[in-house]
Amino acid sequence: MSWFQRVEKGILTPTTEKKDAPDGLWYRSPSGKIIHTRELKNNCYVVPDDGYHVRIGSKEYFEILFDNNEFTELDPNMSSNDPLGFVDTKPYPERITASQKKTGLKDAIRTAYGKLDGHNIVIGCMDFEFIGGSMGSVVGEKIARAVDYALKTQTPLMIISKSGGARMMESGYSLMQMAKTSAKLALLHEAGIPYISLMTDPTTGGVTASFAMLGDFNLAEPGALIGFAGPRVIRETIGKDLPEDFQTAEFLLEHGFIDFIVDRRELKKKISLLLKMLKH
Amino acid sequence: MSNYLDFEKPIIELEEKLAEMKRIAEENDVDVSTAVSELEGKIEQLKINTFNNLTRWQRVMLSRHPDRPYTLDYIYEITSDFIELHGDRLVKDDKAIVGGWGLIDGKTYMIIGHQKGRNTKQRQMRNFGMANPEGYRKALRLMMLADKFRKPIVTLIDTPGAYPGLEAEERGQAEAIAKNLREMFRLNVPIVCIIIGEGASGGALGIAIGDKVAMMENTWYTVISPESCSSILWRSWDYKEQAAEALKLTAKDMLSFKLIDDIIEEPLGGAHTNAKQAAQVLKNYIISKTEELSKLSPEELKRQRIAKFCTMGSFIE
Repeated sequence: MSWFQRVEKGILTPTTEKKDAPDGLWYRSPSGKIIHTRELKNNCYVVPDDGYHVRIGSKEYFEILFDNNEFTELDPNMSSNDPLGFVDTKPYPERITASQKKTGLKDAIRTAYGKLDGHNIVIGCMDFEFIGGSMGSVVGEKIARAVDYALKTQTPLMIISKSGGARMMESGYSLMQMAKTSAKLALLHEAGIPYISLMTDPTTGGVTASFAMLGDFNLAEPGALIGFAGPRVIRETIGKDLPEDFQTAEFLLEHGFIDFIVDRRELKKKISLLLKMLKH
Repeated sequence: MSNYLDFEKPIIELEEKLAEMKRIAEENDVDVSTAVSELEGKIEQLKINTFNNLTRWQRVMLSRHPDRPYTLDYIYEITSDFIELHGDRLVKDDKAIVGGWGLIDGKTYMIIGHQKGRNTKQRQMRNFGMANPEGYRKALRLMMLADKFRKPIVTLIDTPGAYPGLEAEERGQAEAIAKNLREMFRLNVPIVCIIIGEGASGGALGIAIGDKVAMMENTWYTVISPESCSSILWRSWDYKEQAAEALKLTAKDMLSFKLIDDIIEEPLGGAHTNAKQAAQVLKNYIISKTEELSKLSPEELKRQRIAKFCTMGSFIE
């Protein structure tokens, strides 16, 4: 009976390798539209039939935004410490290691500089796959240093947010990353260097309540969930059902907190135009 | 004392016994002074043992003690005059955050803080100290006033969190807090922030960017309440004690991480056992720190404030 038993135990394929999906693999959007994955990639991971924006990470955003996918990553090796010795159902360092193995990432954000349509730009992009895109010391410090780089080189900054909020396992440290990123953005603000914030699905909690909402330009992807408190918490607090479009990008646009919603297929063109207009 | 916590019970019982002993002695005219002083010593010792060995969760309970002084209690105790200023000039007046000019030892301060209610009606009015965006915008408006008239700012933090409501989201809870964080780094006057009760997450931090940030002894300050942390990480509300331990959220913890600057001592048994004394210590802290900070130029003040928060973090390279 050994012919169906797995010979090797604990096979863990990093996500980066998983993405080299063989031809013939199909993607199905929540509304049921089906598309070939190669096609999906060529369409900036937007399903053409219904415009559904598939959740993607820093690798894909960098591919979409940086010219020829050429960029220099800042602080690529920074990773989380365990300052509290935090243990819930398992120790925090184990979660980190497991996440790093699973995703091939070091933490929940990557920062890099390069050119976008010929314009110099610094881009920070969060990865939701890494512990829910939660903000701990690494996310805070990498953003702080990306701002330092933008200040030093007088380069516009863009941050793509995708996060469940603060990283509880870093407790007080994670809270202070909200302060730290905002402190750096105060300096960028005073230096008159443009800061573009793109909020993608989902952007919530401490990330929304700090750098994500502080853009000179606050942009969002269509349909993205953006908010401070999670919808479940709000429903439980007020004891009422929430409007259907509650906390979507469209809802925020309507209430005046977003400059415009941008389709991912237009993203590079729009950013390029914006940067051009600020220069001339 | 009308309200007491579980771990205070043995002390309360002894105190009742002491009162009883004194009463009987008085009625029967007998001398029990040795017994009284013995019992008093015993009570004192029990208090010291209890309050020096509180678990983190017990501190959380003390921070929420129903008799604990709130922002306005401290304001009335430490100022000779106070003029409350209302409204964010946009939507309304949020009663979960109060603020205004206060005279402390003849000097004017802008004092702002979360306000909780003492009874059901007040609690409702104050929304349990959970501010809406209007509260944060009122706070920023008042801080800008202080900046304009070059007066030091004092903020008193005591909130279970920013209000997670429908209107709060509609009116930009996240934006309001984010803006406060950035703008507080740009103020030209000394800012002293003190956690006087609960310091929960962004709702606390939204008025807690200071040149000096202190916590009173029996308070907590971190990114999430132990209850919510328990429900998310343990998927149950029953692990709040463990969550409190894991989060290391007490004043001592936060000072050891260098995430706050000072701890303000409370009377033995907690601020509520002697509110006057607690207020006096708070007042001394405010006066001495603003005096110290007033010596710095606005540029130096801002530079140090930004630098301090930018060193916070723990990572491996």
